[in-house]
Amino acid sequence: MSIDMSQFHQVFFEECFEGLEAMESGLLTLDMGDIDSEIINTIFRGAHSIKGGSGTFGFTVVAEYTHIMETLLDEMRDGRRQVTQSAVAVLLDSVDCLREMLTAIQNEKAVDNASVVQHKTALEVVLHGEESVPLIKQEWMLEKVKVEAEAEVATDNSIKNEAVDVNNIKNEAVEVEQGWKISFCPYLDLLKTGNDPVRLFRELNELGDLTITVNIQDIPGFYEIDPEECNISWDLKVVGDISEDEIREIFNWVEGDCEMNIEQLTKPVKSPPVIQQIDPAPAIILPNKPVAPPPKVMVDVKKPDIQDIDHDATKTTAKASSIRVDTDKIDTLINMVGEVVITQSMLGLVGENFTMDKVGQLKRGLSQLERHTRDLQQSVMNIRMLPISFVFSRFPRLVYDISSKLDKKIVLKLVGENTEVDKAVVELINDPLVHLIRNSLDHGIEMPIDRIAAGKPETGTIELKAYHRGGHIVIEIIDDGRGLDKEKLLAKAIEKGLIEENNLLTEKQIFELIFMPGFSTAEQLTDISGRGVGMDVVRRNIQSLGGNIEIISELGKGTTIAIHLPLTLAILDGQSVAVGDETYIVPLVSIIESINITERMLNKVAGKGETFRLRNEYLPVIRMRKIFNVGSGDKITSKEGVLVIVEGQGELCCLLVDELLGQQQVVIKSLEANYRRVEGVSGATILGDGSVALILDVPGLVRFSIR
Amino acid sequence: MAQVAEDKDIDQYHYSKNLDNAVQYLSFALGKEEYGVDILRVQEIRSWEPVSRIPNVPYYEKGVVNLRGSIVPILDLRERFNLSKAEYTPLTVVVVLQTDDNNKTRIMGVVVDSVSDVISVDKTEIQAAPDFGAKVSNEFINGLVSVNDRMVMLLDVDKLLKLEDLDQDEI
Repeated sequence: MSIDMSQFHQVFFEECFEGLEAMESGLLTLDMGDIDSEIINTIFRGAHSIKGGSGTFGFTVVAEYTHIMETLLDEMRDGRRQVTQSAVAVLLDSVDCLREMLTAIQNEKAVDNASVVQHKTALEVVLHGEESVPLIKQEWMLEKVKVEAEAEVATDNSIKNEAVDVNNIKNEAVEVEQGWKISFCPYLDLLKTGNDPVRLFRELNELGDLTITVNIQDIPGFYEIDPEECNISWDLKVVGDISEDEIREIFNWVEGDCEMNIEQLTKPVKSPPVIQQIDPAPAIILPNKPVAPPPKVMVDVKKPDIQDIDHDATKTTAKASSIRVDTDKIDTLINMVGEVVITQSMLGLVGENFTMDKVGQLKRGLSQLERHTRDLQQSVMNIRMLPISFVFSRFPRLVYDISSKLDKKIVLKLVGENTEVDKAVVELINDPLVHLIRNSLDHGIEMPIDRIAAGKPETGTIELKAYHRGGHIVIEIIDDGRGLDKEKLLAKAIEKGLIEENNLLTEKQIFELIFMPGFSTAEQLTDISGRGVGMDVVRRNIQSLGGNIEIISELGKGTTIAIHLPLTLAILDGQSVAVGDETYIVPLVSIIESINITERMLNKVAGKGETFRLRNEYLPVIRMRKIFNVGSGDKITSKEGVLVIVEGQGELCCLLVDELLGQQQVVIKSLEANYRRVEGVSGATILGDGSVALILDVPGLVRFSIR
Repeated sequence: MAQVAEDKDIDQYHYSKNLDNAVQYLSFALGKEEYGVDILRVQEIRSWEPVSRIPNVPYYEKGVVNLRGSIVPILDLRERFNLSKAEYTPLTVVVVLQTDDNNKTRIMGVVVDSVSDVISVDKTEIQAAPDFGAKVSNEFINGLVSVNDRMVMLLDVDKLLKLEDLDQDEI
């Protein structure tokens, strides 16, 4: 029975993608003039761990590829190689290539070999120049064996194998002259005879440079393991001027207890076919296969069909969603649970023989329980919180790519990356942000010449900023580009028939136009933006997250797009209100104030609409009884009631309800999971008595009432 | 009681006779009519409890209830089938059904007068529902079957619980 490695794959891929992101952001921050060795180290570490991991899991293609990157990075790290812009570009490309490979492997698809070879060649050219390409193959092969030995020994904790020092092998590996290949497959009772394989290996290592590959596929499942049995076999490779007798002498002691095969290494060592590495070799002695010549590196490869790859990428299989949580957060959680359990048992004790004199104790216990529950809730919510940098970290690359494509000079500034938001928000906000940033890059920032002409610095700046405000997280995309041209927007809207010619619009309403479907002022379509789809989708996505989006712009100075999002999608602070005998929840964040009013304070407009005058401002009134057709309950037609003044999508409006009930935190439940979307309602929650109350969707309600 | 036991025996007999073709249905009454739903779609049977009304939806969608933490809509089958309205009493029963809507399982409750029986039906004995003309809708009816000389209408749960689209404008 072999260890099922596939159970670790998910973790491996996650780590790889994290590594890739680290490499990418490292590469992008590299400043040509002044190389920070710490950054190179970070990039190197990323490459190294991907190589190690993929070697262990048998993804040879990946390991092989990373190795070349690593070599390059190693030289940069040691200062043997100059860090050039072109080398960085090649490395960035290879990061992409690696990501593609890993995604392909993750989705159990074939790796696009053509593109791999192409990128590899590019790397090798940077590394050696073209003629020296075949050399690395050999170095790579030995290096790989070393990595595998390291990795496999490390993986298997049940075998206390001392790490054999093989580090010094690396540099001499290229000039392999002589050596031996030994398949060492001990019988089960080798250990019982008092032999320690590690000792043998140590002796071998004294003879020459030793490389060890451990075959662990025969190790039984944990419960079947007999610690006195030896289920491992080894493939050894010892390099140096050694006679066969010397080796035989070492193994003399175990001769009767193992199967052994000693072969002379052919020289020079050639890379074995790749497939052999993927299927772990069986533990029986391998006959000496004639070794295939190294695969030729093709230099002129046809460009892979990029569209094909893109197509594949979109079809990625659904993967289990997981989250990485800081252990501190878990510890807090466990502490909290402990507290709750203690309180619960205390309450149980009180309840067991309850007499009235214990009321005080009971009250204390209950208030303690309340506090603990709240804390517990908070720490559970905390687990779902991720820093927004999970999203932001992808953008430097995006900006780098697009700005070089557009020949613009743009710096991206990230502010407040550590602001924490709910995981669901993190996942869903990415696409809208990508879209908005592309827009800023393409339409916002001008070409360098135009910028200089406008008296601005040649390099444009896009600032991506996240911060908390109230119960919201605000994400701002600020550019110092040309800003929105109101006249142009208006003209375009009239031309497209979206608005009437003599409509008077406020500045805000004009900017809102760009969220209309089909609206685009771009003179020409590019592959980056300008088709007029998108902004409406962006707004819809953000609204579906319970957020809103606003634009502030000044012609010639720049544009700021601010996205307001709720911190979490699972719990909100709510104000319960009574309408008839029904209870609704108004999200507390959208409430500005509440006023007791009587019928006379409302003004009729054209006999239908109603307004309320609040500090010299007339606000539209929505009668909740009317809009929700509440007929039940007492019939007094809200002679007196409470006006709840709410803000939805930047608009103020008043909800007329019967009564304010109380404030409480409510857990948001989806109404759509089993039912449907209901206008004016964003979700439902379960009240203390087990009944269901609807949560009002304030912006939706405003829109609904207008129609 | 004896009658019930005897019925059961008959059912048992029925069941063992046509093991391959047998499908079990839960039958329930709406007024004088008897309907059946595939028993594998029945999640549970509950007594009626007050619902929270949902504004601006068709009249037969009575509202939602809290079913162990999930929000479950309740439809009134009498009203859905345009039968006379019945008062809800503590004996009114809600049958919680699972439905498949675009590969997504939804849970919904339907209000019925009373649950009658579990019947085993030989697939071959199910007759297609006759066309009643345009006046009577038979879109939810999968077929008819007679059990002990009573006619039971077998309902298509997925069609039955497919919510009508409201004419809401997408915003």
